[in-house]
Amino acid sequence: MLSYIIRRLLMLPIVVFGCILLVYIVMQFMTPYQRVSVFISSPNELKNTDIDELVEEYGLNDPAWVQFGRWVATIFKGEFGYSQAAQRTVTNAFARFIPVSAELALWSVVPVILGGILLGSASAVRHNKLFDHVMRVVAIIGWSLPTFVAGLLGLFVFYGILEWFPPGQIGIEASAVMRSAEFISYTGLITIDAVLNWNWFVFLDALRHLVLPVFVLSFVSWAMLLRIMRTSMLEVLRQDYITTARSKGLKEKVVIKKHARRNALIPPLTVAGLTIAFMFSGMVITETIFDWHGVGRWAARAAQTFDMPALLAFMLFNGSLIVVANLIVDIMYAQLDPRVRLQ
Amino acid sequence: MKKKRFVTLRKFIRNPLGVIGMLILIFFIVIAALAPTLAPPQWENEPYRIPRSGFSPTPKPPDEEHPFGTTEGQYDIYYGIIWGTRTAWTVSLIVVGVSAAIGLVIGSVSAFYGGIVDEVIMRITDIFYAFPFLVGAMVITTILGRGLDKVMYALIALGWMGYARLIRSDIIRIRELEYVQAARAAGAGGLRILVRHIIPNAIWPVVVQASMNMGSIVITAAALSFLGVGANMGYADWGQLISYGRNYIIGLSGNPLAYWYVVIYPSIAITLFCLSWNLVGDAMRDILDPRLRGTQ
Repeated sequence: MLSYIIRRLLMLPIVVFGCILLVYIVMQFMTPYQRVSVFISSPNELKNTDIDELVEEYGLNDPAWVQFGRWVATIFKGEFGYSQAAQRTVTNAFARFIPVSAELALWSVVPVILGGILLGSASAVRHNKLFDHVMRVVAIIGWSLPTFVAGLLGLFVFYGILEWFPPGQIGIEASAVMRSAEFISYTGLITIDAVLNWNWFVFLDALRHLVLPVFVLSFVSWAMLLRIMRTSMLEVLRQDYITTARSKGLKEKVVIKKHARRNALIPPLTVAGLTIAFMFSGMVITETIFDWHGVGRWAARAAQTFDMPALLAFMLFNGSLIVVANLIVDIMYAQLDPRVRLQ
Repeated sequence: MKKKRFVTLRKFIRNPLGVIGMLILIFFIVIAALAPTLAPPQWENEPYRIPRSGFSPTPKPPDEEHPFGTTEGQYDIYYGIIWGTRTAWTVSLIVVGVSAAIGLVIGSVSAFYGGIVDEVIMRITDIFYAFPFLVGAMVITTILGRGLDKVMYALIALGWMGYARLIRSDIIRIRELEYVQAARAAGAGGLRILVRHIIPNAIWPVVVQASMNMGSIVITAAALSFLGVGANMGYADWGQLISYGRNYIIGLSGNPLAYWYVVIYPSIAITLFCLSWNLVGDAMRDILDPRLRGTQ
């Protein structure tokens, strides 16, 4: 097991390096003047200087491989330039926006995984019965409903007509409570901070604002996971060892839970990395629609205002997170399935 | 071969959801084909430009001249939906066709040569996979600039990897089957075996995947328009229409339904399009997936 993890860890720098290279290639589509922006850390630097001097200073007319080396060096120093869309440096912007997105992601992952796996295996057990057909239709609709359509329709019905779930991350009153001296911000995640401060008013208000975005964000991934779990479970249920388990008189519940479901978990786990990538895409749309000031909305605004430093950093951030997530998935995969370790 | 195809067709007809999907697709084909009759263009050379009556930002409800009403900027919603159908077909067919072809070639090369070539190609697909589809496409279209052609380049650049992996794993699996070894024993060359014997049998999962992706490509293209980095302003595109209607979703105080038409009509169009492709793809997968054969 340890040697497997080490082998996988050795691959990590190669893939991360590849991601950096790819982002760099994308950058080459821009003129040196546009690329200067990646190196500027505040608008003040542009005063009293000629842009040609800056291009020269940062060596943007040098050969591509020299520039690449220099760019990698700045990345490892954590310098990503100034984001026009956020009006602060990219590093600062990440620090500010990540807790908002993390809160959304945290609440979305749980319904996706639990809902997808439990309902998927339930559909397989009731293959071609009413429950299976209903789940199939719900999943296909979920898969077909674009995130932005689901979000806008959700706002239309639950905010416009019913006024149950408002957009934004927190209401005005709760936000005033949060700014008061007694409320201590531990993590930046409102729901967790509210629990730690034992403040149920803020907690409930935050939950009320979470319902729609979490639903919109998780629905697509949930549908995908459900279908994969169903296929996998159907396949496992036809295996000989399931028949053996039944014929030796085990209860159906034990057969399903212990023998079938555990083995069926492997394919859904493989796509878990993909699900995370999907969530990032969904996050851009969801945060834009529900006016959550997180990483996704920042990236969307960066795209609209041609804020390249922010976009490149965002791409790199997403890339590295997905690489790490895939690594964790692979390790869990090896834990579940001994055959993987031996390859 | 011919007989087998009929069996597949008969199985397909027995799947009611698949048939419904197919009917909706035919409906969309008819709309795309009849677009010039259903919504005569105002400018002969630029049929994809949505005509607008005035420049007022406030949407106007449906009337005789504008059957679905007008959206922000007085763009005609009906016209945008009819010609947007053509846009959806163009984008999905070109993007899925080209990226599946690229994936097919890369995946086959990877599986055929194996060894170090395979390893390098698979690591490259890993790297491309590390970027979320929409986010990567957003970055590329921001750099290339607005326009539907650029959206298609971005989607193709980030869309081929799934097909490559799929065809690769299938070729590797089929390569070991007895009939391939028989062909090899009969003296067939490597390339001939790949093209004549392996790929025709390995291609079905790719076809299913492609049909499932037709809908999601349209969704992503529309999402880019929605974010303001997709099609040009005023171009007949469903995502664009939704983006115009976005600010009017909440309606007026006291009358939340005041502007219902600005988002509902384009939402129905795009959701139906994707739904029908997914229904067809799902039915095809149940028929063609060898792992599920025999589960009735």
